[in-house]
Amino acid sequence: MLKDYSFDQTAVQTFDDHVALALKTEDLQVYYGNNHAMHDANLAFPKNQITALIGASGSGKSTYLRSLNRMNDTIATVTGKIWYHGVDINQPDVNIYEIRRHIGMVFQRPNPFAKSIRENIIYALRATGIKDKKVLNQRVEQSLKGAALWDEVKDTLDKSALALSGGQQQRLCIARSIAMEPDVLLLDEPCSALDPISTVKVEETLLELQKKYTIIIVTHNMQQAARISSQCAFFHLGHVMEYAPTATMFSTPKIQVTQDYVSGSFG
Amino acid sequence: MEQTSSGFKQEDTQPKDWAQQLHHATRATREDWFGRGISYLCIGVIILVVASMLWFITSKGIATFTHNHVNVGQFLTGTNWAPDQGKTGALPMIIGSFAVTFAAAIVATPFAVGTAIFMTEIAPKRGRKVLQPVIELLVGIPSVVYGFIGLAVVVPFMRHLVGGSGFGIISATFVLFVMVLPTITTMTVDSLRAVPRFYKEASLALGATRWQTVSRVILRAATPGILTAIIFGMARAFGEALAVQMVIGNAAIMPKNLISPASTLTSQLTTGIGDTIDGTLPNNALWSLALILLLMSLFFNALVRIIAKRGQLSHER
Repeated sequence: MLKDYSFDQTAVQTFDDHVALALKTEDLQVYYGNNHAMHDANLAFPKNQITALIGASGSGKSTYLRSLNRMNDTIATVTGKIWYHGVDINQPDVNIYEIRRHIGMVFQRPNPFAKSIRENIIYALRATGIKDKKVLNQRVEQSLKGAALWDEVKDTLDKSALALSGGQQQRLCIARSIAMEPDVLLLDEPCSALDPISTVKVEETLLELQKKYTIIIVTHNMQQAARISSQCAFFHLGHVMEYAPTATMFSTPKIQVTQDYVSGSFG
Repeated sequence: MEQTSSGFKQEDTQPKDWAQQLHHATRATREDWFGRGISYLCIGVIILVVASMLWFITSKGIATFTHNHVNVGQFLTGTNWAPDQGKTGALPMIIGSFAVTFAAAIVATPFAVGTAIFMTEIAPKRGRKVLQPVIELLVGIPSVVYGFIGLAVVVPFMRHLVGGSGFGIISATFVLFVMVLPTITTMTVDSLRAVPRFYKEASLALGATRWQTVSRVILRAATPGILTAIIFGMARAFGEALAVQMVIGNAAIMPKNLISPASTLTSQLTTGIGDTIDGTLPNNALWSLALILLLMSLFFNALVRIIAKRGQLSHER
């Protein structure tokens, strides 16, 4: 049985004005029909850092993440504000395609298209109107290098992406996202379908990528959150319970529910 | 004994004959035999029926060539069809069949794919609730009804529009278009729904628009299924007899244009089969037309299988 934790007691950090933020949500609510899946999420994400969203299954962390680049548009009702470069992007008149080009997303299950490795990357670039072969090839190389996949696939760029291993496919999906040169990269449990060695590779890639991008990652794996993230938010039953620097969160959590979750005596 | 130590309580103190116990038939094994027997019987009957039909049509169909000594090449390329006078050029009907089939498929495919995209991507709820039953209803309407509507509406319309009798390939194409549209649409809908959701998500998350996602990812992934749908539609058009016969005019002459009476393999069969005597050349020649139809449907089937196999390869992970 799950203990009844009070949702009144939360500990969510805020940032001073001099901290550069990439993204910020204000009173974000998500409803699936009548189901209130996310309550009052007030989180801010500092630039060029990795922020981990942790919590049990059904705690709303994926729901929250998918709201950030409006991937929930057709499935859920999202209210509240999402600030990005001073614009509230949770407005109906905002161009969602433009948003998604700046806020990329990588999914839980590696989902390359049934096309070649090269085609997977240039698909979205072509969709934005880039036709110059030189530019396309350059972006392919850059993004594959960025995702630490280049050395493994540089000779097989025209082979099917489905022939790659799961870990390689996931790094291809990351490469595909960063080829769009986004600001923010959202990752929804990117390693849950991968073996430990592939996981390490993806994590190393992310640590490298935070120099250029702001990364928000949902993970089930607390060790992973501890290894790679600077900030960490703990979600519980659709509420953000605690948000703090990762080291603080894992050593001295401020509230009981976080304490129980990170120490493994949850529920 | 071994089995007592594993916690079983043994009621029988006599040592059991385990070899006998584990080999003899029980109700369970007899049920298996019974079930297997029934399914073998059913499949056996079906194989027998299909095989004898194939043999029957083939043996009758080749009698024209073996018994009446008609040259196969002349049969397939001759343009003069009057079997009662010994003239058996089937090319007009072959051309007629292919013309109406391809024309109907070419006209129907854009409409079918468009409808299917609307039903799956643009208005999935209305698609499932309203359009799906309507289209399934269209599949079930008997072909004589389509033919009758064609005769009452399409033929007079064509007569008004372009003159002549109104009978011809274009009228047949129109009727077949309406008949194959639901077939192609429902199968295209199925193949679009079978495209994994993550393809769509991946594309949208990269900032591709809905239209780009549909045209470059979803339709691309569904292509084998859509081709299969078109071939099924063509098979239906190729084999349709009654509705075509009612609007095409049934003149066994080389079609010179789309608006003068022509005929197809099927329409010639249905018109002619009652007027011939078994075993004579006119009768055998009609069987040869039936053989061509059979070979074509086998060809369509083979094509579907090849495409399905190709499609599987491209989705393999």
